Amino acid sequence: MVDTQLVMYDEDYRKILGVLQRLARDANAKGIFLVDKNGQLVAETGEMRGIDSTSLASLTAGSVAATGGLAKIIGEEEFPIHFHQGQRDNLHITLVGGRVILVVVFDERSSLGLVRLRVKKAGAELAHVFEEMQKRAERAQASGAASPFAEITDDDIDNLFSE
Amino acid sequence: MSFINYSSREINCKIVYYGPGLCGKTTNLQFIYSKTNPELKGKMISLATETERTLFFDFLPLALGEIRGFKTRFHLYTVPGQVFYDASRKLILKGVDGVVFVADSQIERMEANLESADNLRINLREQGYELEKIPYVVQYNKRDLPNAAPLQEMRRLLNPLQVSEFEASANVGKGVFETLKAVAKGVLTDLKKLGR
Repeated sequence: MVDTQLVMYDEDYRKILGVLQRLARDANAKGIFLVDKNGQLVAETGEMRGIDSTSLASLTAGSVAATGGLAKIIGEEEFPIHFHQGQRDNLHITLVGGRVILVVVFDERSSLGLVRLRVKKAGAELAHVFEEMQKRAERAQASGAASPFAEITDDDIDNLFSE
Repeated sequence: MSFINYSSREINCKIVYYGPGLCGKTTNLQFIYSKTNPELKGKMISLATETERTLFFDFLPLALGEIRGFKTRFHLYTVPGQVFYDASRKLILKGVDGVVFVADSQIERMEANLESADNLRINLREQGYELEKIPYVVQYNKRDLPNAAPLQEMRRLLNPLQVSEFEASANVGKGVFETLKAVAKGVLTDLKKLGR
């Protein structure tokens, strides 16, 4: 099944960021990243400024996709939680609402138990936000609303490539 | 599936380079990477074996400029071409917005080209896409080699849909940007219609 297009408005972004910032505080996390299943970064917060979050997003999506493939081979639908333990930093990865991936980076200031507990609550809140976004997208589609980019002209597109 | 972010005013799209093993998908991305201004590109990631064969995918994020106040960002991916990596190929196609089929012009690779083109159609269908309905372009790579098959023949076998096609020698960059532009244009044109 092909998903509907993901459209995020400013108010969605603010809600999402609010949840992520609270999670970062509550879980004592170093960094939080929210990634679309297709590998696009949706939002990030925490003290890990300057890291290559575009690559992080793409690799997270690839890793979750590969593990999902593994799950199907052994007869599972999906592995909704992944945990990678490093020497200093650890990664906790959760699927949210089947659509986005929540990545929490944490070190010895936190613990797996705490992260897991806080992620559960934040995950449910995020799933709700994305459900709303999805419903709105479906309504827009059903009502035949014009694409926000319907007014793009061929000239606009050509101009992108005129160097 | 493209991601429109009103908050950061960005459009993000995913383009996948498909084709048989050693046809030059990674070489296309490497050339694009080498010729793009540093501020317009992110890091190129290659998940490859020790012998530089693509194991999972290559990834190159690219910014193409602004359209009506929105930054356009393209995420370029390649699939592993070797036949036995089919499970991985399917995963890369998830959420794709446009496809480039890179064909190897060498006459002895024609069967591999055909097999890969069939495989693309099957794998897309599994993800709920029809090749006829997504932005799709064909690149005939390695045109500079002495054993390249006649163009007419390749066209007949590999481009029955008669989509835009380009002759290329990706190792020296010939045809690489023309191909990218054509598929990116197709993706943006598609954005005009919301919900395929």
